[in-house]
Amino acid sequence: MTEIALTLTDAHASTARRARRQRLQDAVFRNATLAFALLVLLILGGVTVSLIDGALPALRAFGFGFVGTEVWNPVSEQFGALAPIYGTLVTSVIAMAVGIPVSFGIALFITEMCPAWLKRPLGVAIELLAGIPSIIYGIWGLFVFAPFMQSTVQPFLIATLGQIPGIGNLFMGPPYGIGILTAGLILGIMVLPFITSITRDVFETVPPMVRESAYGLGATTWEVVWNVVLPYTRTGVVGGVMLGLGRALGETMAVTFVIGNAHRISSSIMAPGTTISASIANEFTEAVGDVYTSSLVALGLILFLITFTVLSIAKLMLLRLQRKAGA
Amino acid sequence: MTMTHMDANSPAHGSHPMPPGMLAGTAADRPIAGAGLPEKISVRNLEFFYDGYRALKNISLPLYDRQVTAFIGPSGCGKSTLLRILNRMYDLYPKQVATGEVLLDGTNILSPKQDLNLLRARVGMVFQKPTPFPMSIYDNIAFGVRLYEKLSRAEMEERIEFSLRRAALWDEVKDKLRQNGMSLSGGQQQRLCIARAIAVKPSVLLLDEPTSALDPISTAKCEELIDELRSDYCIAIVTHNMQQAARISNFTAFMYLGELIEFGNTEEIFTNPTKEKTSEYITGRFG
Repeated sequence: MTEIALTLTDAHASTARRARRQRLQDAVFRNATLAFALLVLLILGGVTVSLIDGALPALRAFGFGFVGTEVWNPVSEQFGALAPIYGTLVTSVIAMAVGIPVSFGIALFITEMCPAWLKRPLGVAIELLAGIPSIIYGIWGLFVFAPFMQSTVQPFLIATLGQIPGIGNLFMGPPYGIGILTAGLILGIMVLPFITSITRDVFETVPPMVRESAYGLGATTWEVVWNVVLPYTRTGVVGGVMLGLGRALGETMAVTFVIGNAHRISSSIMAPGTTISASIANEFTEAVGDVYTSSLVALGLILFLITFTVLSIAKLMLLRLQRKAGA
Repeated sequence: MTMTHMDANSPAHGSHPMPPGMLAGTAADRPIAGAGLPEKISVRNLEFFYDGYRALKNISLPLYDRQVTAFIGPSGCGKSTLLRILNRMYDLYPKQVATGEVLLDGTNILSPKQDLNLLRARVGMVFQKPTPFPMSIYDNIAFGVRLYEKLSRAEMEERIEFSLRRAALWDEVKDKLRQNGMSLSGGQQQRLCIARAIAVKPSVLLLDEPTSALDPISTAKCEELIDELRSDYCIAIVTHNMQQAARISNFTAFMYLGELIEFGNTEEIFTNPTKEKTSEYITGRFG
């Protein structure tokens, strides 16, 4: 009797030990993953704090006028962010104007019309396109695309659109090849795979039965896409576009190669300009003096705020779509 | 009125409208199902292939005008497939092929020359689940109409009221036509889909298990509606619910493994089927 009781307590004790060990293991695991997760917040906070801290001298020297001034003179140490902000926004707008319609076309073709055998190759090609390092777009842009723009596209634009009063102002001046327009077009190519793959995924969330209902009423593919698929996926599509926009706003390398890096705002989109990220990449090594360095950091802060806003909007919209799909 | 096996109804040289009186074989003493009724759709020697797989085997049957024909049979028997041939919905997908003839008012709709959009305007379809478009109730119905007709505002409003009334939904939605169609209840959504199909003035309505996603009360309403629509349309309904088939249809086609086992007057099929398989199915011994 006592023997049995003894072995029972023994067994009990070993089970208890194992349970304790498991509890400990679990606690370690839980806390370790928690620590990693907190690291994300820490990094985000750290980046924000150091950006603000680094930008302070410039903001103190120029105040909020920093955002609204075009001048950028390292010699007299006068700095304003207007030209890079303008360049960033305009190149992104051009990128979106080119990227959105083409991406939609590709995504719609893949989801609505593509023969089955072409679907996979196209999907893979888009993913590969997304994987090309931006430096490659940069050198391609500088050595191949910009000369082509200079010799063919820009002279054509100057001769045609440039002659129209009003919008002609956008297409004036000598064909440099490099400049805001070229940078915007390169960006358009770069955001293409991102917008395409997200919109394609979103288009595929339309239930086949809804699609068939529209076809069942006698609608053509175009009518189904325009009246049913797009409204059905509106928020998701906007989310995808915003993610592409976020990328266009922050892209550095390719833009630096082809934008011309001139701190000025021209009425013509063919003139050289600069963007926030291109300015920082170009000038960090030569920034002497606290105010110069601090001004570059302040540019970074502004870019951070712009992309943060854009991505937040994108996230919110995707969230809304998910809620709708879940309901 | 009794039923007969459909082979009897397919004289090789039959031109439309086909006299459905020819009898053969064992059922020779019975008049053919639906004798004398005008045939809206005549399916003849229809075969269907999914990427080479033979899903429908030599199907021939009539769909009479202003009658409800139910397709019953266990899952995978081909009844939905048959329905989707009648408006050529299968055309949206690659590697799906139909052979044989489907005559709609005497014209073979399987012909490659058939204009699909026009066909689908004449043959409306309602699906298992309600599929309102992401737009207002008004636009849900106007969508299909706008594809074919240019109506004035007043005419459009009239058409929308007509369709919603016909679908027994008008009283419930007349004050919120601008609300999103997706905000309606499931049963209302399904009646909206029926209204949408009616609005383009089709002559045939295909209902693919239209009540399978609805609660009993909405189902009853939909069945009532189908009963009323009978007087104006040729209706084909696929259903898993045999009571439903018995309640609402005039004719019933029992299908099994891609074959039409038996077609006939609904009452006859349910009370006095000629085929062993049919009686096993309707008494619940398999399926």
